[in-house]
Amino acid sequence: MSQKHEKLIDKKGLRLDGRKFDELRQIKIEVGILSNADGSAYIEQGKNKILAAVYGPREVHPKHLSLPDRMLLKCRYHMAPFSVQERKSPAPSRREIELSKVIREAVEPAIFLEYYPRTALDVFVEVLQADGSTRCASIVAASLALADAGIPMRDLIVACSAGKAEDTIVMDLMDTEDKQGSADVPVALMPNMNAITLLQMDGILSLEEFEQAVNLALEGCKKIYAMQKEALRAKYVDAKEVEE
Amino acid sequence: MPTFFERRQLATPGDLLAEGDYIAGEDTYKEDNKIYAARTGLVDYEEKRVNIVALKAFYIPKIGDRVIGTVVEIGFSGWTIDISAPYPAILRAGDVLTRSFKPQRNDLTEVLDVGDVVIAKIVSYDRTHDPQLTVAEPELGKVTRGQLVRVTPTKIPRVIGRKGSMITMIKQETGCHIELGHNGIILITGKNIEDEELALTVIRKIEQESHTSGLTDRISQMIKKEKEKRKEETEDESKT
Repeated sequence: MSQKHEKLIDKKGLRLDGRKFDELRQIKIEVGILSNADGSAYIEQGKNKILAAVYGPREVHPKHLSLPDRMLLKCRYHMAPFSVQERKSPAPSRREIELSKVIREAVEPAIFLEYYPRTALDVFVEVLQADGSTRCASIVAASLALADAGIPMRDLIVACSAGKAEDTIVMDLMDTEDKQGSADVPVALMPNMNAITLLQMDGILSLEEFEQAVNLALEGCKKIYAMQKEALRAKYVDAKEVEE
Repeated sequence: MPTFFERRQLATPGDLLAEGDYIAGEDTYKEDNKIYAARTGLVDYEEKRVNIVALKAFYIPKIGDRVIGTVVEIGFSGWTIDISAPYPAILRAGDVLTRSFKPQRNDLTEVLDVGDVVIAKIVSYDRTHDPQLTVAEPELGKVTRGQLVRVTPTKIPRVIGRKGSMITMIKQETGCHIELGHNGIILITGKNIEDEELALTVIRKIEQESHTSGLTDRISQMIKKEKEKRKEETEDESKT
């Protein structure tokens, strides 16, 4: 695919896109952009472009899947055929099926599923352009779409990754760092509960490095959380300004 | 016992609203003696009770609620009605037809067909059973005329206003009859389409600006302005 980069981090300690080790990519978040969905959100994180839509709670189809004591949460993570360099088959791949499960399980603890038994809640995550750490960006967008749909939640969910490029632990991996770096640690967090809902590690890290990576990812989460709240508010401030 | 938000301030899910001896009200929850928001909305303190007035929510049936729904399916002994809730509602034939009916003889489509709109009341509902409706009360039943608007159910109280100030004002100014469903569906019936359209735009505006104060006055001004504009337009037309 892309040519092999000599160094992921230059002599000045800057990364391929000029970031420092503890710097996030440029993030833009919008909430409520799909009129036909009950809730929706769009996130741009560096070159990542991800759309999340929530439908429900609604009737469960097929009916036998409905749960007598809680809401059924369904999640679909899908990458558009044009989201990566080489055309990707639109059929869900093994990786996408796994990520659907990962995202579902990361947002599940935040939702009061037991409030609405015998119903289903659908979360659709569509990756329009992918550039590393899409699962984290997807979780950020999905949780905003849920909040936008008016689903009762314990907390918002934020996610951020950290990893190892060359010999440094860096925050918010991009695609090349993910592929050529030696480790990737995605973390999802409920910031007010201070509870981690997703923690994965791919690659090799020493115990100290792992701890460092988790802390760096958590730091990133807190920064993104502020942006998340800002995006949720932005939907309603317009009308408020009219008043003044 | 501190509170962390001011009244009418916007909170997002997970925000810590109050700590200590408080009661978790609407769209909030309590954990370890702390009260958090469960939905995006405006904070409201009511003595010891902490509420969130959600800016977006969906309708959950409650016994006694008056709802407006659409017939989606006809069964052997009743209709399935979409009341824009997560659960479909059931309206039984015996409730609508006063005389006893036999599925072999009576054709239910003659009474209510798919797509018909009804105003009904919820008679039973719990976690394990779908809501059941009745139309056996005055002012309930099939809707024959008017326009429907959908708003977020939590905003229905805002459309009604304090002691009904908003809704009586809209009714008076537009000359329309307005039925509010607790499920967020509003039926507007007026003498002509122009009146209905006016009421419709007014309700849409209320929904958009429900979280601002002094809304009733602004809305009444808006109606007056709109009316004048329309009057001028008709006068211009009659001149030419």
